[in-house]
Amino acid sequence: MNTDTKIKSEKMATKAERISGSEAIIRCLLEEGVEILYGYPGGAIMPVYDELYKYKDKIHHVLTRHEQGATHAAQGYARISGKVGVAMATSGPGATNLITGIADAQIDSTPIVCITGQVSSHLLGSDAFQETDIVGISTPVTKWNHQVTKASEIPEVIAKAFYIAKSGRPGPVLIDITKDAQFEEFDFSYKKCIGIRSYNPVPKTSQESLEAAAALINQAKKPMIVWGQGVILGKAEAELKAIVEKAGIPAAWTILGASALPTSHPLNIGMVGMHGNYAPNKLTNECDVLIAIGMRFDDRVTGDLKTYAKQAKIIHFEIDPSEVDKNVKTDVAVLGDSKVSLASLLPLLNAKSHPEWLQEFKDLYAIEFEKVIKYDLHPTKEGLTMGEVLKEINIQTKGNAAIVSDVGQHQMIACRYADFNITKSNITSGGLGTMGFGLPAAIGAKMAAPDREVISISGDGGYQMTIQELGTIFQTKVPVKIVVLNNEFLGMVRQWQQLFFDKRYASTEMMNPNFVAIAKGYHIAAKRVEKREDLANAVKEMIASKEAYFLEVCVEKEDNVFPMIPSGASVSDIRLS
Amino acid sequence: MNEEIKTFTISIYTENNIGLLNRISAIFQRRHMNIESLTTSQSEIEGVNRFVIVVNMTEVQAIKIVKQIEKQVETIRAYYHTDDETIYTESCMFKIKSALLFEEPQIQNIIKESDTRIVTVNKEFFVLEKSGRRHEIEALRRDLNVFGIMQFVRSGRIAVTKDEMKITEMLIAFNNQ
Repeated sequence: MNTDTKIKSEKMATKAERISGSEAIIRCLLEEGVEILYGYPGGAIMPVYDELYKYKDKIHHVLTRHEQGATHAAQGYARISGKVGVAMATSGPGATNLITGIADAQIDSTPIVCITGQVSSHLLGSDAFQETDIVGISTPVTKWNHQVTKASEIPEVIAKAFYIAKSGRPGPVLIDITKDAQFEEFDFSYKKCIGIRSYNPVPKTSQESLEAAAALINQAKKPMIVWGQGVILGKAEAELKAIVEKAGIPAAWTILGASALPTSHPLNIGMVGMHGNYAPNKLTNECDVLIAIGMRFDDRVTGDLKTYAKQAKIIHFEIDPSEVDKNVKTDVAVLGDSKVSLASLLPLLNAKSHPEWLQEFKDLYAIEFEKVIKYDLHPTKEGLTMGEVLKEINIQTKGNAAIVSDVGQHQMIACRYADFNITKSNITSGGLGTMGFGLPAAIGAKMAAPDREVISISGDGGYQMTIQELGTIFQTKVPVKIVVLNNEFLGMVRQWQQLFFDKRYASTEMMNPNFVAIAKGYHIAAKRVEKREDLANAVKEMIASKEAYFLEVCVEKEDNVFPMIPSGASVSDIRLS
Repeated sequence: MNEEIKTFTISIYTENNIGLLNRISAIFQRRHMNIESLTTSQSEIEGVNRFVIVVNMTEVQAIKIVKQIEKQVETIRAYYHTDDETIYTESCMFKIKSALLFEEPQIQNIIKESDTRIVTVNKEFFVLEKSGRRHEIEALRRDLNVFGIMQFVRSGRIAVTKDEMKITEMLIAFNNQ
């Protein structure tokens, strides 16, 4: 009985050549189709940088100003393109600086491969200069990680890394390579990995589960879809649209699902979750069948689980079996790849429409418009709102831009009000809520999709967490548009302090620098807007710019984001003020 | 679903890779759960390791944890079982002063009655070994403690399941794909 084949590889290997481990790393990246990687050199990764110098015509290395920026740029690259992003760093502090980005990629299922240099193998465990146990440190936040101490292991391990990062539910992989393995010569050949015996990335979709799901949907009077990023990761946008339209089901999205169906689609009923739209949150507790597609019932989506959709039958389309019944007990779980499962579901569905049910969403939208949206988008007070900046961006980009937001109030406003015509257009840190994500992620996104308008939208707090990446923008001349919505506060924390801590604004007021001067210091065109009458032209000028452009908009200091489901409350208890 | 806290034996078939122990124990750690015992060894399949982990938790937790363990790339399969569904045992060793064997004749009776094996005897000390259920080992420890124990050590639980584990079939299927 032969059970010792642990990996399946492509049949054809490249012809063997005697090269160093560090050259092999570059050759592996080229074999995997990598054109750009983000990183920062240092002692333990120098042999690889030496090879990058030799291969600079074939592979473009972007020097970020901090390793965290490299991971976020790799994430932005991956999120807009669907390809694997690559980040590189040296050992010790270089490697630990990657961790925030890796954790972000893990919780948001983003395929990235991080390569770190490590001290020579004979020094491992000796507290050598710049030694950290990065495999140990990264274990809980990686889909897979591995340390390489021999050059001959490099091709197979990197092939596995790319296969694991992008297959099934994607995620980050870290490969740590000792310096002696980088120098060592060996006979290099490459075969892509196509299977690992202990790893089943895509569970089979059962016909019974599809039929059970179809039966529930076909008899539903008030069906509702909530889709997440699984639709985008599975490239199932067309299949989702076909199902929504055929079965006439109102469909809402999680923050990471945004843009899979255009915001203008008549059955797109908006965002669910803590700062989502009023109607889909409220009606989650009115629907009779809730169809969750590629989403994981995060606590920011569900609020109090004890009162979440208790009246509804729940169908969960999911690629990761560990998500099924994790937070919400499902009636029917349809495992598998969303593109395959949704395509198989379509012929089983009856063509239907639910006009009265859809009207309920419209009626609640009208209430939200009167109480919230009107004041956000068409304010009559003197101070500028974040919402009206988004409105101007929508006008100038016609809803075709990719919006890369940071974390906080501006992020919720961006997700609520940005128009999305194109999928993969909402790039934001969802699960981890990583302030500082936006600017470097926008760099990666613009490099992956140079033909698209990429707009980084940050608050004054998060912007300053990775502001040094302006240096990367200056050096690479990547034409990202940078918007900072400046309320001189850590606005979301301040909002919670106002609502739940009796306005004790502990450490949330920011004394900010001259942002325009800083941008200009990096030779980036920059403007500051304080008055409403200047906003439209400033946004227009920014969008018209062929180069990077920085726009600071001074907004009302103490505006709040509504609607809001207070932490731990039921979706039914969503507040409009 | 049962919310009562019970003892579960988690059996995990894995590749034999550095770091996997960390990855598996982290799944318990992040849920703030204590591992009662953990044993790892070669399994019935060449090159495949088996973890046996004992944890007190609810069945709801057991289901979620087993799925999260299975999600790890190098986990082949993971299962959870109640005590009724497994055959399990622990083993223990005692190091005791040799003089006591002659001064306290009762010790010889304890050894005989408890089905304990004498591993070695020399002038200074003798070593006892016993396999059995936790309560049997605890009873033996209490009985011998009266006389003084130089060293005591107990292993984690090892267990086989009453139902079949179709790991070999899975691996053959992968090879034939």
